[in-house]
Amino acid sequence: MLIRIVEHIDLNEAPAYLVSEETGAINLFVGTVRNHSKGKTVLHLDFEAYEPMAVKEMEKLGLQAKVKWPLYEVAIIHAVGHKLPGEPVVVIGVSSAHREASFEACRWLIDELKKTVPIWKKEFYEDNSVWVNAHP
Amino acid sequence: MEILLFGITRDIAGKPRITVPADTPLATVGDLKTWLGDQYPAIKALSSVAIAVDSEYAEDSQTISSHSEIALIPPVSGG
Repeated sequence: MLIRIVEHIDLNEAPAYLVSEETGAINLFVGTVRNHSKGKTVLHLDFEAYEPMAVKEMEKLGLQAKVKWPLYEVAIIHAVGHKLPGEPVVVIGVSSAHREASFEACRWLIDELKKTVPIWKKEFYEDNSVWVNAHP
Repeated sequence: MEILLFGITRDIAGKPRITVPADTPLATVGDLKTWLGDQYPAIKALSSVAIAVDSEYAEDSQTISSHSEIALIPPVSGG
């Protein structure tokens, strides 16, 4: 598995890791910064992680996905730091023999990452900033 | 005992870690959550609060020791 927390995401890294002669399908999800949220202009996002735990939780998700679906490999890369609209902040990639498993596993991994991995984002608007999900 | 802080809880406390006084009677993760909420009422207004012991999510019943690395985990928002 390729599990990393990085300052800058290289979009070529996960596909290069996943591609192989035995693989029939590679599915890649890229999450990027949007320039708007709830009707407001977003200037930038700041991400921070509790890195040792975030890596551990991402490894657990990768291992669970490999049990749930017949996957060859899993890549999970998340960025930390100051991110501008359009920049990639998360990459999920999986490889499998056929496309169904790769689509399903990729979707499951990003959904679970958002629930359990200790990474936080703060949205900066023109007039204030807010930690996403912090309050009900 | 020191508690690592992240995200909004670091803003609430105004520092990256909280030191729990040595004579504070805290046996479990649940006791720690109650103590933190009493010290920083804004923590009680969050959607959820979890505690990690040695970088693993911990149940409220888990006992804590000052030899462990303990972190306060506010609602996550990665991705």
